[in-house]
Amino acid sequence: MTSHADAAIRVEDLRKTFGDLVALDGVSMTAPTGKVLGLLGPNGAGKTTLVRVVTTLLQPDSGQAWINGIDVVRDPQRARMSFGLAGQYPAVDENLTGFENLEMVGRLYRLSRRGARDRAHELLDRFDLSDAGDRTAKTYSGGMRRRLDLAASIVSDAPILLLDEPTTGLDPRTRMGLWEHIRELVDSGVTVLLTTQYLEEADELADRIVVIDHGRIIAEGTSTQLKAQIGGDVIQLQFHQSDQLNRAAGVLDRVGAADPQVDESELTLKLPTGDAVSDLMATVRLLDTHDIKPDDLRIRKPSLDDVFMTLTGQPADAFDDNGDSTGSSQNQTAGAAD
Amino acid sequence: MSDQALKRPISQPRDRQPDLTSTWRVSWVISDTIVMTKRNLMKYIRLPQLLVFSTIQPVMFVLLFAFVFGGAIDTPGVDYINFLIPGILIQSVVFGSSQTSVGLADDLNKGMIDRYRSLPMTRGAVMAGRTLADSIRNTFVVFLMLGVGTAIGFRYQDGLLKALAAVALVVLFGYAFSWIAAFIGLLTRNPEIAGVAGFIWVFPLVFASSVFVPVETMPSWLQAFAEVQPISATADTVRALMLGTPVEKLWYMLAWMAAILAVFIPLSVWKYRRLT
Ligand SMILES: Nc1ncnc2c1ncn2[C@@H]1O[C@H](COP(=O)(O)OP(=O)(O)OP(=O)(O)O)[C@@H](O)[C@H]1O
Ligand SMILES: [Mg+2]
Repeated sequence: MTSHADAAIRVEDLRKTFGDLVALDGVSMTAPTGKVLGLLGPNGAGKTTLVRVVTTLLQPDSGQAWINGIDVVRDPQRARMSFGLAGQYPAVDENLTGFENLEMVGRLYRLSRRGARDRAHELLDRFDLSDAGDRTAKTYSGGMRRRLDLAASIVSDAPILLLDEPTTGLDPRTRMGLWEHIRELVDSGVTVLLTTQYLEEADELADRIVVIDHGRIIAEGTSTQLKAQIGGDVIQLQFHQSDQLNRAAGVLDRVGAADPQVDESELTLKLPTGDAVSDLMATVRLLDTHDIKPDDLRIRKPSLDDVFMTLTGQPADAFDDNGDSTGSSQNQTAGAAD
Repeated sequence: MSDQALKRPISQPRDRQPDLTSTWRVSWVISDTIVMTKRNLMKYIRLPQLLVFSTIQPVMFVLLFAFVFGGAIDTPGVDYINFLIPGILIQSVVFGSSQTSVGLADDLNKGMIDRYRSLPMTRGAVMAGRTLADSIRNTFVVFLMLGVGTAIGFRYQDGLLKALAAVALVVLFGYAFSWIAAFIGLLTRNPEIAGVAGFIWVFPLVFASSVFVPVETMPSWLQAFAEVQPISATADTVRALMLGTPVEKLWYMLAWMAAILAVFIPLSVWKYRRLT
């Protein structure tokens, strides 16, 4: 155990089932100290389950987990001094003000009355909540709740921070603001484990990315390594008629790193590309020659869908237990690389 | 404890003072419980309607029994209103305990319990703070009921001191019941279900007891049940203290209370630690 002192978080062959459902199917991984590890996966992949095991909220069926070198199953109370947690849904007391929420958490971390108060003020300041500090959290917007929740998770200044989908449900601007706060924390030396459904988010924040699905790790590496696996950017064309779509598919047969992917229901054509600029120029030339005009043409970063397409040969939502799409909202935010 | 002590470098986790994480220190149990109690009471300050509505139902019961059923109930040797009010006090704290189930289930549902369980706080503090806050609310409700009762003719008969002792017993008994309710709240996890589940089981206990009627009027099988169960014992004791009749079941009811606490405190803490 002590030999892994450089690992802020380490899990070893973790398994957890809920009835028949296997939520974690033998997960082993390490989050190195001082870095950001991104845990990427679609709905139901097991991200939250993993975070809950590591943060002592859930007992694994088998396997082990250490946080800051402390065995979370054997010594949960000591482990709790080492991390802060911002769960998937903000845990703020709606009937308390922002200040009171932070003060309460400070007191429960055994800060002195004075210490808890000072810390609360300091954090409200830092997360731009000073003006709202005396309002009950009920009146907060989604973004403000997230910030308050994040502030609560760092009250104790713990060296390790676990963030479960910290920006899900936020608009792009609010999301970027939150990223900025997370980056500041990382710069101050905190180790972060972050789960997300968004490749872009993992890309922005994480030094290393672990891709998880069905409770198993299916890929692991830096974002560059993963993208190399996925094959770079995607050129996406949008049509409003399927005969145009099919003509374009024929014309663009030889452009890009792989065959064009035609989606008849969405009327989109996707061209995976390793060299976006040349392929885009070729695409425009060919379409112009054949007098085809798409409604929309863009280069976008690979989405989670593309990751899954490449890693598993199936789109992410084919795996999705709940049936809601993890990819479609991604396209909007990851889009516009122009 | 300054926040400086928490800023330890990550490379030396084992250097942390052991007393930082041993949770049984009495001062921390107390401090955590106070923090949690305060937090739960804030809800009544921010939502005063909650307090208003939690008093309406007991008041309705007073009026219902005093004026609607009361005439048909024969309580030899004592005015029905004097018989009723001590019982009503117990009924209101026992029914009120369902709020403990609801509050905990709500915290579970909203992820607050996850937050608390991820903190190095004392294990029982979440429930202790909840049951204490509910007891403070109960105290308020009990005095309000006494006020309403007095307005419609109730008079305690044997001095203020004994009346206050009776009030203390009522609140303590409500506290014990809150721990049963806490366990139910943790089991059900859902505030709507907890609202019903926390209520349904006390209903027969309250009505098959000496709270509203003398048990002598019940059929013998029901009377046997009513005689042994804790609510009757408490009602009889509280009534005796307030009316100046011989106090016969004090030890029996205290034994019940101790038994309830001895079973449901550990059970709730056990359940809390094993939540998923
Ligand atoms: N307490 C529970 N009881 C039963 N099943 C559960 C429980 N918690 C999680 N699961 C199941 O385990 C699987 C993994 O869930 P988990 O919450 O870890 O996924 P996730 O990757 O966090 O998904 P999402 O992106 O939707 O949050 C899911 O199929 C889920 O339904
Ligand atoms: Mg999740």
